[in-house]
Amino acid sequence: MDDISLVSRAGLWGALALIAFGASVAAVDQGFAVHMAICAGAGLLMAFLSLHRIGVAPTVERLDRYYDEVIRWGVIATVFWGVIGFLVGIVIASQLTFPLLNLHSEFSTFGRLRPLHTSAVIFAFGGNALIATSFYVVQRTCRARLAFPALARFVFWGYQLFIILAATGYVMGVTEGREYAEPEWYVDLWLTIVWLAYLAVFIGTIVRRSEPHIYVANWFYLGFIITVAMLHVVNNLSMPVSLVGSKSYSAFSGVQDALTQWWYGHNAVGFFLTAGFLGMMYYFVPKQAERPIYSYRLSIVHFWSLIFLYIWAGPHHLHYTALPDWAQTLGMVFSVMLWMPSWGGMINGLMTLNGAWDKIRTDPIIRMMVFALAFYGMSTFEGPMMSVKSVNSLSHYTNWTIGHVHSGALGWNGMITFGAIYYMVPRLWARERLYSLRMVNWHFWCATLGIVLYASSMWVAGITQGLMWREYGDDGYLVYSFAEVVAALHPYYLIRTLGGLLYFTGAVFMVWNVWMTVRGKLRGEPPLATAAFDPSRDRPLLPTTSTSPPPSEPAPDRPLEPVAA
Amino acid sequence: MATWANRHKTIERNVTLLAVLALITVAVGGIVEIAPLFWIQSTVERVEGVRPYTPLELAGRDIYIREGCYSCHSQMIRPFRDEVERYGHYSLAAESMYDHPFQWGSERTGPDLARVGGRYSDEWHVQHLKDPRAVVPESIMPPYAFLADRELDVSNIGAHLKALRRVGVPYSDEDIAKADEDLKLQASADGDAAALAKRYPKAQVRDFDGNPGKLTEMDALVAYLQGLGTQVDFHAAAAREEQK
Repeated sequence: MDDISLVSRAGLWGALALIAFGASVAAVDQGFAVHMAICAGAGLLMAFLSLHRIGVAPTVERLDRYYDEVIRWGVIATVFWGVIGFLVGIVIASQLTFPLLNLHSEFSTFGRLRPLHTSAVIFAFGGNALIATSFYVVQRTCRARLAFPALARFVFWGYQLFIILAATGYVMGVTEGREYAEPEWYVDLWLTIVWLAYLAVFIGTIVRRSEPHIYVANWFYLGFIITVAMLHVVNNLSMPVSLVGSKSYSAFSGVQDALTQWWYGHNAVGFFLTAGFLGMMYYFVPKQAERPIYSYRLSIVHFWSLIFLYIWAGPHHLHYTALPDWAQTLGMVFSVMLWMPSWGGMINGLMTLNGAWDKIRTDPIIRMMVFALAFYGMSTFEGPMMSVKSVNSLSHYTNWTIGHVHSGALGWNGMITFGAIYYMVPRLWARERLYSLRMVNWHFWCATLGIVLYASSMWVAGITQGLMWREYGDDGYLVYSFAEVVAALHPYYLIRTLGGLLYFTGAVFMVWNVWMTVRGKLRGEPPLATAAFDPSRDRPLLPTTSTSPPPSEPAPDRPLEPVAA
Repeated sequence: MATWANRHKTIERNVTLLAVLALITVAVGGIVEIAPLFWIQSTVERVEGVRPYTPLELAGRDIYIREGCYSCHSQMIRPFRDEVERYGHYSLAAESMYDHPFQWGSERTGPDLARVGGRYSDEWHVQHLKDPRAVVPESIMPPYAFLADRELDVSNIGAHLKALRRVGVPYSDEDIAKADEDLKLQASADGDAAALAKRYPKAQVRDFDGNPGKLTEMDALVAYLQGLGTQVDFHAAAAREEQK
């Protein structure tokens, strides 16, 4: 890039920084002031970086290489935010077990940290994983270099700014009060810009493809990007109180607001955590298994039916509420139907292992991916079941929902992401192999045990809650007060916390493994599995009786010899 | 079978077509399910007594949202025997018609609050918010003692009412002009309740936090909680024996 356009770019960032600084000074509340100061800092940093490049000879773009710089950053960000998200999860799980840990500070209460946890794992960990893997996959399956590398860098860093604004906002109490869409209006606007840039980079790369067909993984990524844009814009329509203040009020109210929110909320699961991650699955599972996708037709059927049906399922979050019955029933019916395309995806993934099932024993990365698919199948069965109104009357408002979400999030999203990271890291940093495959195995077992503890304790807790709330005695009165039910959950909350700790421990192994791989280290370790080999027996059988084994070799392993006459 | 799979090749070779068809496919569900809620009259049946929040209640509600109370407390009573006996009459759509955003919630880590208004004394609420385990030993709720010390920021409550009016809450010009005044009046120990009740029926006027000298965030939050679920008079609609 020439110097003049660098100067004008620096000028643009500087002007944005100045506007943000002005907004920070004029802010009517502290949250907005802090946020605008962060934006001003980011703008100044960008201006400085642009000016810094003046006079520096532009790096030659290696057009014969994929553009992986931003993906390397994305992998690091995924691992980083994953650890933060899991850690905050452990903190809030501990707070429910031992309320003393709310620490008498407004910044550390469960109410403010809970959105920090959900957003950190869904949008920071999951979002970075999706952006990084989609850039990786779209280049390789299109055999084309990433379109607009500068815009791709903007997507990555802009997304990190979104995460930082959202996270600091929650702690300061800046929230719209809509689950999984808590960031305030100006953060939403910023995310919209970043997201459209993401769409442009993704579609731009597909347009440049050398392959005639668009690979199925890219359908899912494209569906995810488009739908999330639609959901985000509609659900976040709101009226700011002041243009220099953080507070805004939702455009909708009551019933309409509730359904809009859960249309969004359910499809944050359906598209962010399902369609996008299926895109991941459709690339990394066949690559790691070295087998083609099981069925092309199944992928067509399940793609279109999945994206069509998912959108309808939102009302199952509002069973027996003031939402009209027809909408509830519609939501339930479509949720049950959704079971089929979901399992279509699971079957397509699992059957891809046809002829390579032995790898589950020998390759812990494949084991993670298969485990992810198994949990995907399990939670997409559990979901439709819980959306049936009579089941929901028991499960709604209880910890069963929390258990369901986490079996999907920890089992499916977490495990498939870990698998993809382990696949990409040695390739992105051009290393011979991962630092340690055995450490992947440890990660797998820690995570699996963690999920088992988490999900089972929450199922028991949820059903316990549901049954205790509705229990009547012979006298015709409710048996339990609400507080008694809270007390009954204590052991399950404790087990859940332990499960989270185990899952986190697994992630720590991943951090170490990824870090050492990036540094180019190889752990000296025996391979995970090889066929047995005994050098002492690796010799011909002699027809005569004359030879005896060399004295250095142990006697019992001696080959069978004919007995001397 | 082979033909439709062949035809699909047209779509998967054309990114514009793929993107447009995907967008149409995902748009259908929302259009069919959500849009009618805005036109069908019976979605929200009008109910006598439902009114917009007073400025003080609104400030309290903003604190409720700020602190993420909705993470653990629902405000939606389902029409089941146990819920109605535990929490009160099941929630009506009209009762949240001025809630931007709705606060129905999704979890009951703590109990439902849709009708918590009037169930406990102000003193109980203040004590409970400051130190939940002082009044409910089993509680796992975080302490919110800082609310009692912090003065309520009342600098621009009128702007909040104005923003809400833009999204459909029927605040009158007078409501907006007098927002500051109304707010202070409702939290004072000797305010003119009748004047406020003219525009906000059933508004409760008193010092809520037990500290008459200071208008705190605790005042606002308790005022909001004490008003929850009290607007509709369900006794008026209850079945009665016919006179003989």
